[in-house]
Amino acid sequence: MKSQDRALALYRTMARIRAFENAAEEASRGGVSAFGAALSNDVRVRGPLHLSTGQEAVPAGVCINLANEDLITSTHRGHGHTLAKGASMEKMMCELFGRATGFNGGKGGSMHIADFSVGMLGANGVVAAGIPIAVGAAHALKVQAKKSIVACFFGDGAINRGPFLEGLNWAKVHELPVLFVCEDNRWSATTSTEAMTAGAGPLARAKAIGIAGAEVDGNDVLAVDLAASKLINEIRKGKGPKFLHAITYRFKGHVSVDPATYRDGEEVARALANDPIKVFVRNCGLKKEELEKIQKQTHEEVANALRVAAAAPWPDKGGAYTDIQDAGSGQWT
Amino acid sequence: MDVGKSRLSYGGAACLALDRAMAADARVVALGEDVGRGGIFGQYRGLQQKFGGARVIDTPISESTIMGAAVGMALTGLKPVVEMRVVDFALCAMDEIVNQAAKARYMFGGQGRVPLVARLPIGIWTGSAAQHSQSLEAWFAHVPGLVVVTPGTPQDNHSLLAAAIDSGDPVIYMEHKELWSLEGEVVPGEKISLGKAKILQAGSDVTLVTWSRTVQTALEAVKRAKNISVELIDLRTIWPWDRETVLASAAKTRRLVVAHEAVRVAGFGAEIAATVAEELGIPVKRVGGARIPVGYSLPLEDEARIDVEGILRALTNF
Repeated sequence: MKSQDRALALYRTMARIRAFENAAEEASRGGVSAFGAALSNDVRVRGPLHLSTGQEAVPAGVCINLANEDLITSTHRGHGHTLAKGASMEKMMCELFGRATGFNGGKGGSMHIADFSVGMLGANGVVAAGIPIAVGAAHALKVQAKKSIVACFFGDGAINRGPFLEGLNWAKVHELPVLFVCEDNRWSATTSTEAMTAGAGPLARAKAIGIAGAEVDGNDVLAVDLAASKLINEIRKGKGPKFLHAITYRFKGHVSVDPATYRDGEEVARALANDPIKVFVRNCGLKKEELEKIQKQTHEEVANALRVAAAAPWPDKGGAYTDIQDAGSGQWT
Repeated sequence: MDVGKSRLSYGGAACLALDRAMAADARVVALGEDVGRGGIFGQYRGLQQKFGGARVIDTPISESTIMGAAVGMALTGLKPVVEMRVVDFALCAMDEIVNQAAKARYMFGGQGRVPLVARLPIGIWTGSAAQHSQSLEAWFAHVPGLVVVTPGTPQDNHSLLAAAIDSGDPVIYMEHKELWSLEGEVVPGEKISLGKAKILQAGSDVTLVTWSRTVQTALEAVKRAKNISVELIDLRTIWPWDRETVLASAAKTRRLVVAHEAVRVAGFGAEIAATVAEELGIPVKRVGGARIPVGYSLPLEDEARIDVEGILRALTNF
């Protein structure tokens, strides 16, 4: 890909994630005025909605280095990873609206988004739970002698859970093809991660296990792309697991209804000024018309996704009893 | 000495109980994710400001170590109140709960005790899907060494949390996520014993036993039950459960219905129904959730809930 095309692709991914998150946020409050959709309460996005607004450069920069056959695992904050991996925005919006036409047929919602057709093995409601799953997927690729790799996204909070240590150790022992991506937004739910974390940080922990990697400005999409590209090339050459620590910032609260008043106003203002999309637009040297064209297309894509989702059928209640297990199926009481 | 009542939420009532316990006993500490901010449901609001970060301890996202450390604290003289946010997350700490907290006193021949309260909120929390909506009280009732408490009202959440902190045993304390904002009159400091059920309504035709959020559903069902006199019992504590009150009621009415939001299969209702059937030889019925994960979409979520009609059918179908 020519560097200009690549830059445009990165921008497109970030713009799509931002637009999706903004629409989902508004929909969780009962309307999406920015996209011309007025939603009644019964069609809105329900339940906890964890937005990745402000973190777009990380999934965009990593996933541009992945092929459809490569796999990812994600977190409770997984819309960005899902879109960046190539999943349909429309089907994700349908899932958030609880519709039968969503990726999971309405069973999962935001926290359990998955699209196996593009190698997206699932968001997760439990912090760090995706790490061992990514390791297992990478182990399977090795057993099956496949050339693909796994990118495992997790947050800064996850590094203080046991599965982080256990998963990294396993991946190194077996030299598995996995890129661990610590998408560090500085906050573990409503608590500062820094205050709860000892030592020199995620990369130092990885290095202690013998996993090499890089630390990168997670709001600089070109830097994320470059760092991920180098690490993924190594992984594809069979050099075992690598680690990417991408430092970014969570623009919104832990969930969409969280005003995040526990954060320092100056810290938030600094982060907003360092918006990864604004930074990119400022520094990319691309023509304004090109970027505006993408903005317009993105706006239309989200507006369409909202229209489709709001009009999509609800799951039949019988769906509550399917895809649970084979043995004992049909014995519900 | 407090006098008079306050109008408090279910969550606020528990917060007040913890506040009082911490003020009265320096051994009581609280630890868990986001407790310094007041807890994500406000159930620790103001406590870190009042008692300091050394007693209201913010933790990393490290469920197994939060619980394991609480066991260590309890064995060495503290009385920890452990925040697990939702029961689903406590599954990351099952070894520490089941193999350590529940067994230490017995295994070590009584040399140590584990006086801790682990708060593991249960229940469907609308829109939260399969990993944030489970009711797993029966799992813990199955484990010798654990007390299991399921408060259903603000007063009970106030008084039972205080009793749990006082108890000296490891207590699995299961609030319901859809009750946090439920308001009611609370008498601060009023004592309620663990293991004691409450008869919410006297009746003569059928005994209805329930707990937690299902108390609200059951009250509605009782209101709508025509031509049938229902004796409604809020069990409040799952282990030890109040056999005396339930058996006395069932002996009088000669019919028993147990209703709970948890999956009906292998739910704790089965234990109560079996005991009553063995002891009294009377007909029993169980109402419980379908054995399905809780779906995100409303039509799927609703399938996982038990409703007023389901309880009414059981009450009137002997």
